[in-house]
Amino acid sequence: MALFLIKRLVGLVLTLFLAALVIFLVLEILPGDPAAMMMGVSATPETVAALQAELGLDRPAATRFLDWLAGIFTGHLGLSYTYRVPVAGLIAERLVVTVPLSLMALALAVTAGVTFGTLAAANAHRRADMIVMVLTQLGLAIPNFWFGILLILVFAIGWGWFPAGGFPGWAADPLLAFRALLLPAIALALPQAASLARITRSTMLETLSEDYIRTARAKGLSRGQTIRRHALRNALIPVLTILGLQFSFLLAGTIVLENVFALPGLGRLLIQAIGGHDLILIKSLVLFYVATAILVNAMVDLAYGLADPRLRVGRA
Amino acid sequence: MQPAKQLAKFMFLALGLAASILPAAAQNREALTLCQTLEPPILDPSGGAAAAIREVTYGNIFEGLVAYDRDGRIVPALAREWSASADGLVWQFRLRPAQFHDGSAVTAADVKFSFERAVAPDSKNAQKWIFEPIAAIATPAPDLVEITLKSFTADFLEGLAMGDATIFSPASMGKAATEPVGTGPYRFVRWQRGDRLLLERNDSWWGPKPALKSVTFRFISDPQAQVSALLAGDCDAHTNLGAHEAVAQLRADPRLAVTIGRTEGETIVAINNAKPPFSDLRVRQAMAMAVDRRLVNEGAVSGLGTPIGSHFSPNHPAYLDLTAERPVDLARARALLAAAGYPNGFAATLRLPPPAYARRGGEIVAAMLGQIGIRATIEPLEWPQWLERVFRNKDFDMTIVAHVEPLDVNIYARDSYYFGYQSPAVKEAYARTKTARGEVERREAFQKIQRQIVEDQVNLFLFMLPKITVARKGLAGLWPNWPVPANPLAELRWE
Repeated sequence: MALFLIKRLVGLVLTLFLAALVIFLVLEILPGDPAAMMMGVSATPETVAALQAELGLDRPAATRFLDWLAGIFTGHLGLSYTYRVPVAGLIAERLVVTVPLSLMALALAVTAGVTFGTLAAANAHRRADMIVMVLTQLGLAIPNFWFGILLILVFAIGWGWFPAGGFPGWAADPLLAFRALLLPAIALALPQAASLARITRSTMLETLSEDYIRTARAKGLSRGQTIRRHALRNALIPVLTILGLQFSFLLAGTIVLENVFALPGLGRLLIQAIGGHDLILIKSLVLFYVATAILVNAMVDLAYGLADPRLRVGRA
Repeated sequence: MQPAKQLAKFMFLALGLAASILPAAAQNREALTLCQTLEPPILDPSGGAAAAIREVTYGNIFEGLVAYDRDGRIVPALAREWSASADGLVWQFRLRPAQFHDGSAVTAADVKFSFERAVAPDSKNAQKWIFEPIAAIATPAPDLVEITLKSFTADFLEGLAMGDATIFSPASMGKAATEPVGTGPYRFVRWQRGDRLLLERNDSWWGPKPALKSVTFRFISDPQAQVSALLAGDCDAHTNLGAHEAVAQLRADPRLAVTIGRTEGETIVAINNAKPPFSDLRVRQAMAMAVDRRLVNEGAVSGLGTPIGSHFSPNHPAYLDLTAERPVDLARARALLAAAGYPNGFAATLRLPPPAYARRGGEIVAAMLGQIGIRATIEPLEWPQWLERVFRNKDFDMTIVAHVEPLDVNIYARDSYYFGYQSPAVKEAYARTKTARGEVERREAFQKIQRQIVEDQVNLFLFMLPKITVARKGLAGLWPNWPVPANPLAELRWE
């Protein structure tokens, strides 16, 4: 087991290093000078050079790469070119929006997806099933940014129940902040919920045809009791796997929805950083996204290893 | 069926409940939420060119010796009065009693510090030219600044009115970018990056007490989100709406007032004058006769721009209306192209930066040039690439861009500017705008430049970018035009 863990860990670190190298090189090749971008079209070349020196852009690429790598471990990721404040602080500031938003969306997606999926399976080929299937088809087909705009139209502009966007901050008013995240979380959860519902339905149907379900029914449990106590748990294992895989899509979805709802999250920071050519911020952000995706996948892998000894042996 | 129905009902109720936890905020007569498109990267106007810095800080947090008012006239700010010697070389500024937000008094030494910092070798000031004519700064008294110029400079005072000539407190410089300490009617409270910035009335300001106590700037870049925020009442006003096509919809809303004004952004099709075939005047003239600026205005900014015939703002008193010069005439345009040796036209690239005016305008311009045989291939670029390839390396045939600085016709007198135009006549006239002793002579020099660059058809002059102000009815005092990008909050009030 220890060997298995060490191997996974080394693989993880190597993957992250390679990702960091690729990100750095790609941004190095990209044309465009951040200093020229900030000084506009009226500044003299000397002024641009003064800014380049202040930003440390005149140092060799290798030095900058090593500094950045060291910074990943110490948390000193440098100063953002455009905002002139520490990158680590900027990212931390935005995480308090993106993490709750993703978690809310995840919770909504799992609740709605599993509930509707179970409902459909329990009423397979009847009307409730048909409705759920049509709804999930729609949920998969509707782009979530468009659904977000629709939610704004109805609940913010039409009925005035929610703000159309923006984020007041947790410190100022936690309830208002929660309210500001609810509509984007729903929009973000929609496609996830739809696919989870479909997967839950099919695995549930499979489970319901197992022998032990018949046994449970035979010993006198009602249909609902059987589903809740026996079928759901077994049916959920593949669902959890899919959830791990879908996490990256969820993260990507926040980038789009944070823009639609003008939320100051990581995704919007990334878009702003790209627009302002804030290379130092872009590379740390991209690495953060890559690291999150890799870590989640590694955790899913580890969970398999723990749950199923055959996989451990097979890979070791 | 039943469970599905129940579930739907439950989720709907839950949503309503979540929404109803909090009552809608009542209208506060002393508060305002002002929305703008771009967020300032930093708040120090002497450290970056971004207009968004000035939109938040100009006349609010920071002040200079003098300022522009809403009509583009120069008015007193920290300087109560000023005078120039007969030869125009020695300027005296008498400071009014004023305080920085940290309580320290504004003195002549602060002015000297601010200007010397702006012109220092390591200065990051985007408009260094303002300070370059200065030979010496003396401080004969704590409230008196005496500036001696190297030579007579007609636009010296205009430069001092720009945000780049802000007066700083030396003690606050370390944090000017993120926690600014200024002298203006509003002090900085909090900045939640990516979303909003809070200002509060500075009760020790020298001027009359502003009506609004607290102001929140919100930054919404997505045009659709801007419209939503206005319709949902999240914004009391938007200073320059990005969604031109939504103007009709917003005008129809009885709660909102829409004002179409002007920025200082001359939008042009810039042509690489140094590169054949564009180095031939006849080719550029033919292009001018093929492109109908009114249609481009219509398609690019929903017709809300003001057509211009030269690179000059109609807001300025020296403006000449040259829009009737070289009217659209496809037959003559084709003849000119043939005379220049291109009877069958030629192929060229049109490199476009990201703003909608450029991307949408580009499609139309390309189609119009196509009518006389100029086959323009559109290449969309991001800003950093545009700055590097088009602006710095001059690697382009044509581009569309708005030049947003006020009175920036001086770019036609520069030696190595990106569109590659050289004209002794324009250089001479521009020098005269700097040395002119009277307004009449200065105006004539500016008009000479306007005519000369049309005669040489340096670029195709399209329209001034509009400023679309949308505000909740009852909010008074927003600037309709932007002689400089600014939203002075002290002038705002609810009626």
